[in-house]
Amino acid sequence: MAQTTTTTTALKSPESLIRERPRVGRFALAMRRLRRSPVGLIGAVIVVAVVIAAIFAPALAPHNPTRLQLGRRFLPPVWMEGGSWAYWLGTDQLGRDIWSRILYGSQISVFVGVASSIFSGIIGVLIGLVAGFYGKLVDSFLSRVVDTFLAIPFIVLALAVAGVLGPGLLNLIIVLTVTGWVTYARVVRGEVLAVKERDYIMAARVIGQQNWKIALSHILPNVAASVIVLTTLNVATTIIAESSLSFLGLGVDSRTVTWGSMLADGREHIATSWWMATFPGLAITITVLGIIFVGDWLRDVLDPKMKE
Amino acid sequence: MGHYLLRRLLQMIPVLIGLTIIIFGVTRLRGDPTYQFVQADASQEEIDAVRRAYGFDRPLLEQYLVFAAGVLRGDFGESFRFRQPAMPLVLERVPATLTLTLSALLVAWLIALPTGLISALRQNSAIDLTATGISVIGRAMPNYWMGIMFILLFSVQLGWLPVSGTGDWRNLVIPSLTLGLGLATTLTRLIRSSMLEVIRQEYITTARAKGLGEWALVFRHALRNCLISVVTVFGLQIGWLLGGAVIVEQVFAWPGMGRLMLQAVYTRDLAVIQAGVFVSALLIMVINLIVDVSYTLLDPRIRY
Repeated sequence: MAQTTTTTTALKSPESLIRERPRVGRFALAMRRLRRSPVGLIGAVIVVAVVIAAIFAPALAPHNPTRLQLGRRFLPPVWMEGGSWAYWLGTDQLGRDIWSRILYGSQISVFVGVASSIFSGIIGVLIGLVAGFYGKLVDSFLSRVVDTFLAIPFIVLALAVAGVLGPGLLNLIIVLTVTGWVTYARVVRGEVLAVKERDYIMAARVIGQQNWKIALSHILPNVAASVIVLTTLNVATTIIAESSLSFLGLGVDSRTVTWGSMLADGREHIATSWWMATFPGLAITITVLGIIFVGDWLRDVLDPKMKE
Repeated sequence: MGHYLLRRLLQMIPVLIGLTIIIFGVTRLRGDPTYQFVQADASQEEIDAVRRAYGFDRPLLEQYLVFAAGVLRGDFGESFRFRQPAMPLVLERVPATLTLTLSALLVAWLIALPTGLISALRQNSAIDLTATGISVIGRAMPNYWMGIMFILLFSVQLGWLPVSGTGDWRNLVIPSLTLGLGLATTLTRLIRSSMLEVIRQEYITTARAKGLGEWALVFRHALRNCLISVVTVFGLQIGWLLGGAVIVEQVFAWPGMGRLMLQAVYTRDLAVIQAGVFVSALLIMVINLIVDVSYTLLDPRIRY
């Protein structure tokens, strides 16, 4: 769809283009495109819902997510025999309310996903910028570093780091940052290489601007669009990674409610209580799906060139 | 060909060196690793003794060189838990992991090749839209959760297959289906887009103009060219496959390398963790090399 728009505008006279431009701001344009993209809209609704769930979990959750009620163990969902509206998604092996735990679990997913995406973004963008901008020896050195990190499967490296650091929120973010920066570095390096030879960069060099100033004020804005899209999609990947590590018992400490640890409990009791493993998994899938939809939509809006 | 292989092997050297640095560095993330080798209530003398025994009192560079020399000999030290060298322990588990990943690979290709081809040739048909929809959902689903849902369906509800463990081929079905489906979603998308590109080429139009039937056209002319670009991207997915195997092995109690590493992580068995990371990375590098060499089979124009 983006392509059709480009062709039609290309046919218009330059004057009409200039006249048209100030009428719609970038934000308004993005919103207009969002209305036209049902998938993006669904994604946005999901993401907003998950963020609200994470922030207002204490107010929204009907029960205390960690309170043990041994008399109410393994209650099935409301539509099954023995289920009740008070615990509409059922309870787990310790009588804890699944719905309340899903609401609270979103906190860790959202926080860890966003925080480690931002941290790995900062590190990856800096390394990619330096590699692409300085080129030569610096570039070949940094590229070998990237190659090496790519040779280790993400989860294997994460296991090793988590094994040394032990569980904990901060350690989890460190693990996901150590493994997550590589994608950013590769993409940014490639884009910098493409932008670097353009005339206006040459012009900035000619008038004697310093390297870091050129990198920050002329090159960085050009890679911003891809970085925003990458960060969004990286939040999705990170949420899956966080849940995997929590599932394996390597996430935050065992008292904190996470979707991954709920799934680990669900795996234990799969033969008798299917709901324990089903609903947390659905929560992850729907959340990740929403973020991917938003990411794809952002890519169409910000950076139509960057299709898969 | 010989030259090419030699060059590729030489290119692996810096990556291998980098690998040893990362593996060494990870174990030093918390500074002095001595405390990972002693009991919590150890006396200062005991701690010092352990520190000297493992050489943690030497300069960092010296420690690294000793470690790297060990790696060259395939020696990662002794496993804390098993009281035997770590490397053989890891190598022992490699066949189980390879069995799992190769059968997953087979599942992935068996599903993705027909689906991808039909989706491309019948663009926007019901099959195409269904396949695209499923692959979007597959992208969002954690792999291990899919595995748990398969257990629910095939073992608990239908009672067809065992929940976990090893023994006969029936134990392999759900794990390889779980791991393979995750890969199949990506692979289907790759094959579809590559095929769409290939069938717009002029030689395909020519072949069609001379009256060749559609399936002969696909298999005799289009498929090979379509697969070349698929295989390139596919090499990058091998790492994902091996990483995914770690979790799938844990879900299904499959006795592979991943499960061993995970147990090593739980017991802080550093030597096994290090050997495991090294072997996984080495496997990925070797498989990628094989993928690159296999180009010559697909495309006679490529000569090394």
